[in-house]
Amino acid sequence: MRYEDKTLYLEGALTKDTIAFKLEKLLLTEVSKIDLVKISKIDSAGVAFLDELKDRFDNPKIINTSDEIVQSMRIFSPQILPKTEEKIKENMFVKIGGLVVDHLVSVKNAFYLIADVFYWSIFGIFNRKGHRKGSVVQQSILIGMDAVWIVALLSFILGLILALQAAAQLRQFGANIFVADLMALSMVVEMGPFLTAIILAGRSGSAIASEIATMKVTEEIDALKMMAINPIRYIVVPKFHAITICISLLVIISTLVGILGGLVVAVTYLDLSPVAFLTRVFEVVKLRDALIALGKSYFFAWIIVIIGSYYGFSAKGGAEGVGKVTTKAVVASIFWVIIIDAMSSLIFYYNVKLI
Amino acid sequence: MKKKVKEAIISVRNLTAKFGEKTILEKIDLDIFPEEITVILGNSGCGKTTFIKNILRLYQPHSGEIKVFGRDVAQIEESEFNQILQKIGMLFQNGALLNSMNVFDNIAIPLEQHTNLPKSIIEKMVNVKLQLVNLENVREMMPAELSGGMKKRAALARSIILDPTILVCDEPSAGLDPITSAALDELILNLRKLLKMTIVVVTHELASIHRIADRIIFLDDGKILFSGNLDDAKKSEIEAVQNFFEVGSF
Ligand SMILES: Nc1ncnc2c1ncn2[C@@H]1O[C@H](COP(=O)(O)OP(=O)(O)O)[C@@H](O)[C@H]1O
Ligand SMILES: [Mg+2]
Repeated sequence: MRYEDKTLYLEGALTKDTIAFKLEKLLLTEVSKIDLVKISKIDSAGVAFLDELKDRFDNPKIINTSDEIVQSMRIFSPQILPKTEEKIKENMFVKIGGLVVDHLVSVKNAFYLIADVFYWSIFGIFNRKGHRKGSVVQQSILIGMDAVWIVALLSFILGLILALQAAAQLRQFGANIFVADLMALSMVVEMGPFLTAIILAGRSGSAIASEIATMKVTEEIDALKMMAINPIRYIVVPKFHAITICISLLVIISTLVGILGGLVVAVTYLDLSPVAFLTRVFEVVKLRDALIALGKSYFFAWIIVIIGSYYGFSAKGGAEGVGKVTTKAVVASIFWVIIIDAMSSLIFYYNVKLI
Repeated sequence: MKKKVKEAIISVRNLTAKFGEKTILEKIDLDIFPEEITVILGNSGCGKTTFIKNILRLYQPHSGEIKVFGRDVAQIEESEFNQILQKIGMLFQNGALLNSMNVFDNIAIPLEQHTNLPKSIIEKMVNVKLQLVNLENVREMMPAELSGGMKKRAALARSIILDPTILVCDEPSAGLDPITSAALDELILNLRKLLKMTIVVVTHELASIHRIADRIIFLDDGKILFSGNLDDAKKSEIEAVQNFFEVGSF
């Protein structure tokens, strides 16, 4: 590399292995010509290097180029790309307004979805068209069988833990039998429905969201619409029916197994007889509690299906869009399960006289 | 021109389509005439899929009027629109077979949903359509087990199962080998001849355009750059159109 009379004489290979070194050594301020007569080889990095020099030194002339170099430059020179339009900076109020509008639109969509799902869940039963034959059974097996073992296992462990924690305290006061009260009420009213809902949100909620999202991005939803089939009826409603059937069974299993866990602790650690324990359990639990628990489980189930479908239908783009909405759906459904649980506690237990 | 006298089967007026703030199509007018094969051309991302999905109401147009079979699709009841949809077949870019069921069940969906035909008839009808697309031996396979070309052909079978009046194909030959692609074109021509279908095809393939196009619509930058028959297109003064027919790409 030589510099003389405002002309830069480049030598040797101008390739991705050599230009970094050349660029480092280049401390010139003014170049009006670049001579390439001694260049033996040039690649796309070399061309980019020349372009860089052009930018740096106010478009110097490039001289003594061989045919080969000219050709390389033709292929590798960046075309002048149109400048991306600069985004007009929105003012804060426009931005906030836009966000609010977006939010209202999604709330509106959510309500349409809820209305559609409930409408078709009820009226669709009487019409055999519009859904797949056997899909409710298939979905029930998918949702129920999938979850039943994990629900049972976790409920049992939870029952053990709850009873053990309480047992140490109760024993000090000789109030051993009250472990039955604790187990019965906490499992029936709270833990059974709640644990089941959380597991369903994680398993079925995510499965619903990702299934529908995949169908959305592969145009399967559009294909259904083109066949004059209502995607909500065809895809969501069977899941809605299935989860409604499954959750009642799962909650009952979870509650019973949880109490069983308590029974194990009561018998082994508190020296209670199983009969005494169970008698106490049935004394404590009232029908009202059981019905409230079952009732709120249905709401848990419905919110899981609806949130899963909502996020599924809102998927955009390709495979990465599916992943995104799946995560969102799980988080949102757990959030709403907790909110509904809190609300039902407030309504039914905050002031018992209320209902 | 005899054809121009015919009434358009699909007519689009002043159609504007947007995604958020981004305008994809701007004030498009287009008539599609019965029993013609209309080819929509344009480089990828120019809005061809958006265009046909707006026409078919899969997307909500930003503004403009769309008439199919003379009926304004924005005005009619859902039940009437569903009747119209049953007379339109659509082949999606990647087939869009339902992944949860096998090829046979996929093709049978429209029959099961919209007719009361007995199983034996449904089976015969599906088999005929499968033969038409040369896929008799994959009846029981799941979509995931098929190659891209097979998926498309199965999807084509599904889209014509109700013998529609209008068939819309979004890039039917993209990603197919030349032989399969030629066979598909042959099939499209036959459908038009035998079943008197009106066909709209989005494609890039010059060879395919030569084989099937009655009329060419050239989309560019949200507008229709050219509209006319193949000979006119070849003689066109418009640079982008000239370029395409010389080089076969954009
Ligand atoms: N769901 C969508 N949301 C936002 N932009 C989209 C969406 N679908 C397509 N686009 C954009 O619209 C333009 C046209 O897309 P498309 O109609 O699929 O093109 P083509 O079918 O001609 O290749 C592209 O720039 C694409 O990025
Ligand atoms: Mg497309």
